[in-house]
Amino acid sequence: MFKRGGKLIILVVLILILLILNLLLGSVKIPVNDTLSILFGDRSNEIFSNIILKSRLPQALVAIVAGAGLAVSGLQMQTIFRNPLAGPSVLGISNGASLGVAMVVLMSSSLAGVSLSRMGYVGDAAISIAAIIGSLAVMALIVYIARKVKGNVTLLIIGVMIGYLVTAIVGVLKFFSSEEDVKAYVVWGLGSFARVSGDQMLLFVTMMILLLPLSFLLVKSLNLMLLGDDYAKNLGLNVSRARTLVILNSGVLVAIVTAYCGPIMFIGLAVPHLCRALFKSSDHKVLVPATMLAGAALALLCSLVARMPGFEGALPVNSVTALIGAPIIASVIFRKRRESDGE
Amino acid sequence: MENRATIQLKNLSIGYRNKSGVKEVTTNINASLNSGELTCLIGPNGTGKSTLLKTLCAFLPKLGGEIIIDGNPLESYSDKEFSKKIGVVLTHRPQIQNMTVEELVSLGRSPYTGFWGKLEKEDREIISNAITQIGIEPLKERMIQTLSDGERQKVMIAKAIAQQTPIICLDEPTAFLDFPSKIETMQLLKRLCRESKKTIFLSTHDLELTLQIADRIWLMQKGSLFVGTPKELAESGNLSAFIEREGITFDKTLLRVNIRK
Repeated sequence: MFKRGGKLIILVVLILILLILNLLLGSVKIPVNDTLSILFGDRSNEIFSNIILKSRLPQALVAIVAGAGLAVSGLQMQTIFRNPLAGPSVLGISNGASLGVAMVVLMSSSLAGVSLSRMGYVGDAAISIAAIIGSLAVMALIVYIARKVKGNVTLLIIGVMIGYLVTAIVGVLKFFSSEEDVKAYVVWGLGSFARVSGDQMLLFVTMMILLLPLSFLLVKSLNLMLLGDDYAKNLGLNVSRARTLVILNSGVLVAIVTAYCGPIMFIGLAVPHLCRALFKSSDHKVLVPATMLAGAALALLCSLVARMPGFEGALPVNSVTALIGAPIIASVIFRKRRESDGE
Repeated sequence: MENRATIQLKNLSIGYRNKSGVKEVTTNINASLNSGELTCLIGPNGTGKSTLLKTLCAFLPKLGGEIIIDGNPLESYSDKEFSKKIGVVLTHRPQIQNMTVEELVSLGRSPYTGFWGKLEKEDREIISNAITQIGIEPLKERMIQTLSDGERQKVMIAKAIAQQTPIICLDEPTAFLDFPSKIETMQLLKRLCRESKKTIFLSTHDLELTLQIADRIWLMQKGSLFVGTPKELAESGNLSAFIEREGITFDKTLLRVNIRK
């Protein structure tokens, strides 16, 4: 069929189509002509240009970079842990973000007497910062442990255990919090590409655009790690350093995305599988760009579905990613099993 | 060209270090491996064959003594330099999906390629030669997961050839193979020794095959290492001590294991 380069181009085209659909579709009908003229600087219709420029376009941009970041992070995790079920959340890094957010949202009213859930913009910034601090703290812990323990499985189990621990702490915090604050926390946990706007959105997108290319620097290490630690070492790779760098890269991406969009599930888990099946390759020179593009496309699709007429933005992104992601993973794994049975 | 010593072990002791202390498996190992020779490491399970092999490949730290590789102590090599000295083929098979034989063999060039792992024209030639030398051209485009154990073993050997190391260490390369594949693999390794003057060192349980094909045998038994050609070890009685038991005898002159029926 198509060569690998061709498939990458198809993904880019798909992203462009989805981006346009994201701009065109929504609760308010805005004609194509008006949308285009707004994009080219026409501000004559204030309501329309507000919807396009302050809501739909930022949301689409956030979805693109968040999807790309989560997907490539999932790919890196699956490769270094040689585990098809590894994903961005597996090392407890997104749980760390949840803990940070829970601390701030749930404890602020009881400790400092202010309810962040009612503070709007300042509250949002505080939540993002708390999430970044929480996830980076967990990541620092994981990196520290990664340098101590040798086996990947040990590290994986420790990550999962940290996840449970954090969930438990959050549970306790919830128990002692006001209903309103709990609701604010739950809403954050549902995930959204629309939560960030204005300057924060620009900051988020800029950070991601700077961070995403760093993933390409680890391509050779990731390819060697496919062979297992011993073969990788024998081929000249400093395995523990490479592993630390991959966890750092992957962890920072997840931390930032989670901080601004909440814990988005399934994209990081599903997209690498989708790309391996689509590109019939395990070469990270192909897979890193492929997962970024496919992650961006899938996130745009999810954001579109969540805004479909009838749902009206009420549908949380996480429900949509799971609805689309879970069947993808199941079918990819099912097909792989059938292939290997057939041989 | 004279066969020369590529690896020298002096008073080497090997084993494991853990929380509760040091567990020595074998001590006072003095031996050397020569280029152009196929050396087979044999001995009962649990005597430390695997530990010795892992120590030589720098997967495990030694407990004492010296390992000299191509004139320099093992510790003096960086990961990168070491990867140009010893190529390994391990028992466990990597669980890789969606990677072609050619791509896997190409990974053998990693120590020589740059930051991005880009293959130059020269690398491609070396890879294609390695594939030809091992005789796996027909498999080139196949995915690793579709290969038989024997084919996969050959691919890993081709990877080691592409790595262009003077020394190749193999951990039980014949373990999971059927009988014809065992012989084929051993013959292939023997040919590599002769043609490219490589030092090949492997551990194995396939005794009769080893006796017929090995240039030199390292026999690990009861905490000691006995080194010699199959004939020498037969005459010294070491092989008989290793092989003979109730119902099994060893013919020293014909180098044959006889089983009483």
